[in-house]
Amino acid sequence: MMVKLTIDGKEIDVAEGTSILKACEKVHKEIPVFCYHPRLSVAGNCRMCLVEVEHSKKPIASCATPVAEGMVVHTNTPMVEESRKGVLELLLINHPLDCPICDQGGECDLQDITINYGSGSSRYQFYKRAVGNKYMGPFIKTIMNRCIHCTRCTRFATEVAGVEKIGTQGRGEDTEIISYLEKAISSELSGNMIDICPVGALTNKPYAFHGRPWELRHTNSIDVLDAVGSNIRIDTRDNEVMRIMPRLNEDINEEWISDKTRFAYDGLSCQRLDKPYIRKNKKLVPCSWDEAFSAIAKKIKKLDAEEMAALAGDLSDQESQLALRMLLDRLNIRNRDCRIDGAMIPFDHRSHYIFNTTINGLEHCDAVLLIGCNPRLEATIVNARLRKAVTKNHCVIGLIGEPVDLTYLYEPLGNTPDTLEEIIKGSHPFSKTLKAAKNPAVIVGVHCFAEKNTNLIFSYLNTLHEKFNATINILHIAAGRVGGLDAGFVPGPEGKNFLEIIESAKAGDVKLLYLLNVDIDANFGDAFVIYQGHHGDKGAHRADVILPGAAFSEKVATYVNMEGRSQRTDKAIPAPGEAKEDWKIIRALSKWVGETLPFDTLNQLQELLPQPDEAVPFEPFNVASTKGKNLHFKSVTMNYYMHDVISRHSINMANAVREIQEHHRGTL
Amino acid sequence: MPKDIEKPHYLLVNADESEPGTCKDRDILRNEPHKLLEGIALASCAVGAHVAYIYVRGEYFRETETLQAAIDEAYEAGFFGKKSEKTIGWNLDVYIHRGAGAYICGEESALMESLEGKKGFPRIKPPFPAQSGLYGCPTTINNVESIAVVATILRRGANWFANLGRPNNTGTKIFCISGHVNNPCNVEEEMGIPLRELIEKHAGGVRGGWNNLKAVIPGGSSVPLLPKSICDDVLMDFDSLHDVQSGLGTAAVIVMDESTDIIKAIARLSKFYMHESCGQCSPCREGSGWVWRMMERLAKGQAETQDIDLLNQVSKQIEGHTICAFGDTIAWPVQGLIRHFRHEIEARIARGNS
Repeated sequence: MMVKLTIDGKEIDVAEGTSILKACEKVHKEIPVFCYHPRLSVAGNCRMCLVEVEHSKKPIASCATPVAEGMVVHTNTPMVEESRKGVLELLLINHPLDCPICDQGGECDLQDITINYGSGSSRYQFYKRAVGNKYMGPFIKTIMNRCIHCTRCTRFATEVAGVEKIGTQGRGEDTEIISYLEKAISSELSGNMIDICPVGALTNKPYAFHGRPWELRHTNSIDVLDAVGSNIRIDTRDNEVMRIMPRLNEDINEEWISDKTRFAYDGLSCQRLDKPYIRKNKKLVPCSWDEAFSAIAKKIKKLDAEEMAALAGDLSDQESQLALRMLLDRLNIRNRDCRIDGAMIPFDHRSHYIFNTTINGLEHCDAVLLIGCNPRLEATIVNARLRKAVTKNHCVIGLIGEPVDLTYLYEPLGNTPDTLEEIIKGSHPFSKTLKAAKNPAVIVGVHCFAEKNTNLIFSYLNTLHEKFNATINILHIAAGRVGGLDAGFVPGPEGKNFLEIIESAKAGDVKLLYLLNVDIDANFGDAFVIYQGHHGDKGAHRADVILPGAAFSEKVATYVNMEGRSQRTDKAIPAPGEAKEDWKIIRALSKWVGETLPFDTLNQLQELLPQPDEAVPFEPFNVASTKGKNLHFKSVTMNYYMHDVISRHSINMANAVREIQEHHRGTL
Repeated sequence: MPKDIEKPHYLLVNADESEPGTCKDRDILRNEPHKLLEGIALASCAVGAHVAYIYVRGEYFRETETLQAAIDEAYEAGFFGKKSEKTIGWNLDVYIHRGAGAYICGEESALMESLEGKKGFPRIKPPFPAQSGLYGCPTTINNVESIAVVATILRRGANWFANLGRPNNTGTKIFCISGHVNNPCNVEEEMGIPLRELIEKHAGGVRGGWNNLKAVIPGGSSVPLLPKSICDDVLMDFDSLHDVQSGLGTAAVIVMDESTDIIKAIARLSKFYMHESCGQCSPCREGSGWVWRMMERLAKGQAETQDIDLLNQVSKQIEGHTICAFGDTIAWPVQGLIRHFRHEIEARIARGNS
């Protein structure tokens, strides 16, 4: 049903139930707001959005009032102006005048609105209210004097993050926003509260007093610390990453990002590899690029193709994986794999390794079966979408695996494949839920594919798809994985896979190992290890030659997220020292080994990237033999804040881990 | 109440009588709780509610006991509970909920929030309680006095009730007369009775005679006061009090004689309203404190003359801009004071500055 109304003389039709505020947006009438946020419930408590509606004596809060047929709204009458000025003056009487030292300065809603509706001087002659600051963990700095009690943060915590750890206490003038027992906000989304706070009450703790917003250069980019591919903005100053902010993308991260995405940036400047190294007399010593390349070329020429192998890690971009695969092809090296967590995800059909429902599509799901995964840690943003499906679409979620706190209600279905069998047979109550669902989905954690009997899980997934018409989704953890599988960085014909490569290296059959951003605990035996990456971590420590690469913030590179969505990072700062973009290193190496790759620029390489159709219909997995039932779903043990080389070298992440160890023992 | 909604319907009785000067519901709870229960039974049947809640002010401890005893009697007699279908022809359960002492919980939607176990914050309207009230279900909420009078109206007929008073202002009202009168009392009278007659007939007149009268707050502490000149001939009903820029409110008549420091009295009310502001929306949370602090200054005479206009302006910035009517109740007493006793404030400022 459409409703016709008039706003400032303009007639428009909007859907029934639309708020006056949204209707005003449609005719480009901007209404000042503090408490209203399009992704949160309506509180209507700041009273800044007052408008005049004919036949109403009082001004009306436009955010909370639905439109009505024939309504005549005015947004610029003296009455509206006076109301807004009055409300703003009242908000300012207890707000400290510390804008010069406030980190929100320059991007503060209160400042911006004061320019339009504020008075030049204060008429309040009394002491301002003083409120003690609250401890909210290692990421959020609080200056509660500045709080205007819009309750956006508490609504975010309860509605989006699903942790009721923050609320209002006290009454009237003594109202305060408090964190429960003054403990850290135990949510992986807590950083978003900083963004939605319209004033400087909640600010970025690691960034405190580090810069002013107008000094920063913004670069639109993509996050690579999980497989979601959240859209971010990297704010830099003088070739240093100052902070990371979310960028709107309705299909992926809406406007939220996880704390790891937001705060791990300081790891980008610690423990970086800034020149090539070579191992001499058991010690790594700096060397020139030529020296490094010639040592590698010499070694490669001496060995047979079967004696060499290559692995591509979690942070590898698609370009470098493709370039390395092309080089391996030319050298006839078939021992290669990008599935370095040992999860033998099938790569014969694209629908077998991507998130087929899509992240946005989760919102329309009414039943979801999680198998062997913990989306809260593995893909925080996906978990937020699942929570949205639960709260907005009454989605029923079942979890087969270790019970964990997912921030929403779900049915724990046990931890054995027997449950799965019962669901398939129809004897389990959850199979009724799946059957009744219009849009059921199954989300499988990658760890399930690290089991010995993967065929069994394939057959389960096939049946779930056939019987319940459920979409099958793989929940990836690594940003580079889908890109690598797309680029064909998988064992060639008769080539060894990851597990076999490790075994052979240990046994001495693989004598040269090329690690592209691979940092894993493994015994490579006596193999000659070439490490290409950007942090001096596990891979570099074992390496015989180190080729310093660029981190995601220092290159233009393609990453394919878990949905199979291809996105590109942008260069925000230059790579440190002599470090180079990864594709350039591989291109240079190819010349040294006498197999020059057919591209000279990044554009030429990017044209060679696979261009798969985004939507591919699901095809059943090929199931060999399902004999032997040694399948069970392990709990996902993962140190969320220190999962990759960037976050492992981040002080912010270390603080988060310490916080958990000291104050939240046992939980998360 | 909408009939097409299949959710359960509720009847709520607001016995959270917290307005300063008002004590009419207390007397009903104390002395004739059965009348209230009879009204509840009738009203529940009328609105289709099988559950009724009585939200009683926490401080009414003894009154709650009396009311509970009456409810227990009704259950024993089979009027409420499982047998009620047969006895009164309507399945009904009645529960008491005791408040915790917040004034704002007397506001209907804050009362519902409080009853649901949440913080007593008024809700945004629309939706109104009849559409979406307690637990999101259609709810009728009424005051104790309104429910208690139902049985009498039904017994004597609507015509009888409608013939009392003046057109548009019909029926009876319980007036709570307090302050500087010889015989403070609660009295049920016909609507539209002249204020002077009300005080002199039932409360024994103003202390020291009618000419010793300074001002009257006619409808509970939240409405603007009236100076003696208006009190002389004003009628006690909605329209005539509205015409003199005040209101009938809860019909709590607070009488103040010439010995009253009227500025200090209103300052005390401002303090009460600052203390009771729930803090949900900005104008009331921030403004209530500002108003009280200015009132304290005016009461001491430590102010400038232009502060009076500032105070008036600030009160207008609060009035009508809030979620519930609490913003108005902060503003009105102050506005009434400035309207009628500006000369007194100015004189005190002059004295204070000399």
